Amino acid sequence: MDALSLKTLNAARRERRAVMRITDLDGGDDRVVGDDEAVAGVLGEAVAAAFRSGRSTTVEADGRRFFLNVHLPPPRLVVIGAVHISQALAPMAAIAGFDLRVVDPRTAFASPERFPGVDLVAEWPQEALAAWPLDAFTALAALTHDPKIDDPALAAALSAQCFYVGALGSRKTHARRVERLTAAGFGEAEIGRIHAPIGLAIGAASPAEIAVAVLAEIIAALRSRGLEARRGAAA
Amino acid sequence: MSDMQPAGEPADPLTTAEAWLQAGREVALATVVETWGSAPRPVGSHLVIDAEGNFEGSVSGGCVEGAVVAEAAEVLDDGKPRMLEFGVADETAWRVGLSCGGRIRVYVERVG
Repeated sequence: MDALSLKTLNAARRERRAVMRITDLDGGDDRVVGDDEAVAGVLGEAVAAAFRSGRSTTVEADGRRFFLNVHLPPPRLVVIGAVHISQALAPMAAIAGFDLRVVDPRTAFASPERFPGVDLVAEWPQEALAAWPLDAFTALAALTHDPKIDDPALAAALSAQCFYVGALGSRKTHARRVERLTAAGFGEAEIGRIHAPIGLAIGAASPAEIAVAVLAEIIAALRSRGLEARRGAAA
Repeated sequence: MSDMQPAGEPADPLTTAEAWLQAGREVALATVVETWGSAPRPVGSHLVIDAEGNFEGSVSGGCVEGAVVAEAAEVLDDGKPRMLEFGVADETAWRVGLSCGGRIRVYVERVG
């Protein structure tokens, strides 16, 4: 690997961009590609599959063996609302490997006593998200029930192409939310990306069970990354 | 946040490789490219080695690093990449001890 490849690779990783190093195991040549760059032929199909799964692998293409080393940014989860569900969701998400941040401007909710050891920010989402920008490898779950807090965060998540956007609330609550986001200029397909009511349908009743349903839905979105976006484009 | 390397986190081998290169050190990179059975480190894991035998990262959680570091010296000498294989059926592996029972293939190359 030459010095420039290494620099390019490390810069992409620092900037949280999906990147892959392709090494020709027979010839020793290598190149670094991002997930927005087209790679031709059989190799290109393997490259796209590896970006989707996030798994590095050895493949054969055009009579040569290539090693595809995928570097996806570690997934993040931003939870809007330091509520009861979030108290259960925070430790579960950490165990599942997510970098997690809880945002709630209401200091009575966002207290360290309620969230020991959790990265907690007692600010409005607009301020908190400026310091920790959303991206395609970040999930956002809006759990406050308060449009003043949830709506700006949901708008930011849709604009940033977060791989998962979920919002707590009944169908009726969501219908009003759709009206507000439509008025704010978001299209039907964009708004359709919001998972609402939030969480997989497992009949969750307690806050902890709802947290399980939400986390499972986030993991499903993470592992089918790209598939959902393409379905959206086809619709 | 592994890329940010907060205090207390182990150093990232690719970041280390870049820093060593900038410091004018000779650098080799070992990468797990295939695994079979219960391999200790996943495909894509890195070990970075310099000409003095200093290393960072791991390809097996400690079992075969010594052998990989020795081979890296050869790679730095002649500049040619090498493919190494370790497994329990292999006499070398018995000697260096890949105790988990898996098999791994490690690609070693010069950087820079």
